Amino acid sequence: MTINQTGTDRVKRGMAEMQKGGVIMDVINAEQAKIAEAAGAVAVMALERVPSDIRAAGGVARMADPRIMEEVMGAVSIPVMAKARIGHITEARILEAMGVDYIDESEVLTPADEEYHLRKSEFTVPFVCGCKDLGEAARRIGEGASMLRTKGEPGTGNIVEAVRHLRKVNAHVRKIVHMNEDELMTEAKILGAPYEVLLQIKHNGKLPVVNFAAGGVATPADAALMMELGADGVFVGSGIFKSENPEKFARAIVEATTHYQDYNLLVEISKDLGIPMKGIEISRLALEDRMQDRGW
Amino acid sequence: MMVKIGVLALQGAVSEHIRSIEVCGGEAIIVKSRDDLTLVDGLILPGGESTTIRKLMDRYDMLTPLKEFASAGKPMFGTCAGLILLAQKIVGYDFAHIGVLNATVERNSFGRQVDSFETNLEVKDIATDFPAVFIRAPHIVEVESDVEILATHENKIVMVRQGHLLGCSFHPELTVDHRITAYFTEMVKESLAKKAAV
Repeated sequence: MTINQTGTDRVKRGMAEMQKGGVIMDVINAEQAKIAEAAGAVAVMALERVPSDIRAAGGVARMADPRIMEEVMGAVSIPVMAKARIGHITEARILEAMGVDYIDESEVLTPADEEYHLRKSEFTVPFVCGCKDLGEAARRIGEGASMLRTKGEPGTGNIVEAVRHLRKVNAHVRKIVHMNEDELMTEAKILGAPYEVLLQIKHNGKLPVVNFAAGGVATPADAALMMELGADGVFVGSGIFKSENPEKFARAIVEATTHYQDYNLLVEISKDLGIPMKGIEISRLALEDRMQDRGW
Repeated sequence: MMVKIGVLALQGAVSEHIRSIEVCGGEAIIVKSRDDLTLVDGLILPGGESTTIRKLMDRYDMLTPLKEFASAGKPMFGTCAGLILLAQKIVGYDFAHIGVLNATVERNSFGRQVDSFETNLEVKDIATDFPAVFIRAPHIVEVESDVEILATHENKIVMVRQGHLLGCSFHPELTVDHRITAYFTEMVKESLAKKAAV
């Protein structure tokens, strides 16, 4: 048999495996995409505005103009990802039709559905989704997400929420691994998680898909911290192109992600970078402005 | 004899190769620096983003040590991005990376991610039904006479061997079929035996 099977779990999840140890950068045009690629990004996320500008602009944030994606896809050879609104089947199908390599069903955009996420298993293109805890992670995997990222709090340049979410997910994975199998169904009920996904975690000793960190990475040390805490890689949204020197920040964050435990190197990498993006203290953020609470 | 096989760990699917090496009875070593490279008898270049891996190689002066590793006759095995790193020529680029495999490769030659696929593949001397996973995969456009073709798919060359160098377009590490890693492990053992005989 030599029939080619596309869109299988192995092909979709495998694509994310290839991104491990790398940095995925938000870009808003071809020029930024080239800077990201030159700095060593493993992929770019093409969008109309970076999260901090989405915050500043207010209103409804939607899928970017396909023209932006086309220009970015034409400009770089690394994979191009794009964001669709939570539950917006048609935005996701449009992105798939364009041939983007990965879709982020993202809380950074204004949700299109406040009850249901996309049935991602129906698509050929793979999806990445955000999570704050293992229940949310497992529900997204159950729907067919091929990659996860902790949500953090996008566009704040404040790492605290990303740390909280990654620690929470990983602590819960460890708990599941050590649980008696008799206890898993009740745990699934408490978490609102598909039982089968928990069973897989128990058997494999880890999540069945790659989990990156996102939402608040602003410095090389932030990226290295997330790797130290067990992230498979890092998404950087506003942290690069809202810093004083995007080229330098991009390069430094890539290096820090690879060599996250080489502290002498991190000293050198962190020097003379200029001013990072201005951050936001999370407690100053009104509840309705928290993007991490979008998703169900 | 326990052979030491390194996995270049600048970026990419490292842990899968580590597991596969261990299943095949080798000692797996993570290689992030020139010093790490001196510890191993053979090296796997994993899948990932070749542009990223190359940039990190340059920043830590690893390109020359990697070329020397190859010219010393130590076995190297590149999967997907790793194949691109080994190749002497890359279609559309006026430069190569390690450039020791006498072959020309073309990047992303099966299309974008929506075109990524898995299939069963006949691999010479290894398998008649290898589960091959192609992800934004390159293919080998042409090879010189010292390169043996081990597998083709849809008339495209997808796996080759040139003496102590092995390269494939797909990702054996994403499956639980360890026959290709076992084959490479044998190559490493043979190279050690040859060295001991000299």
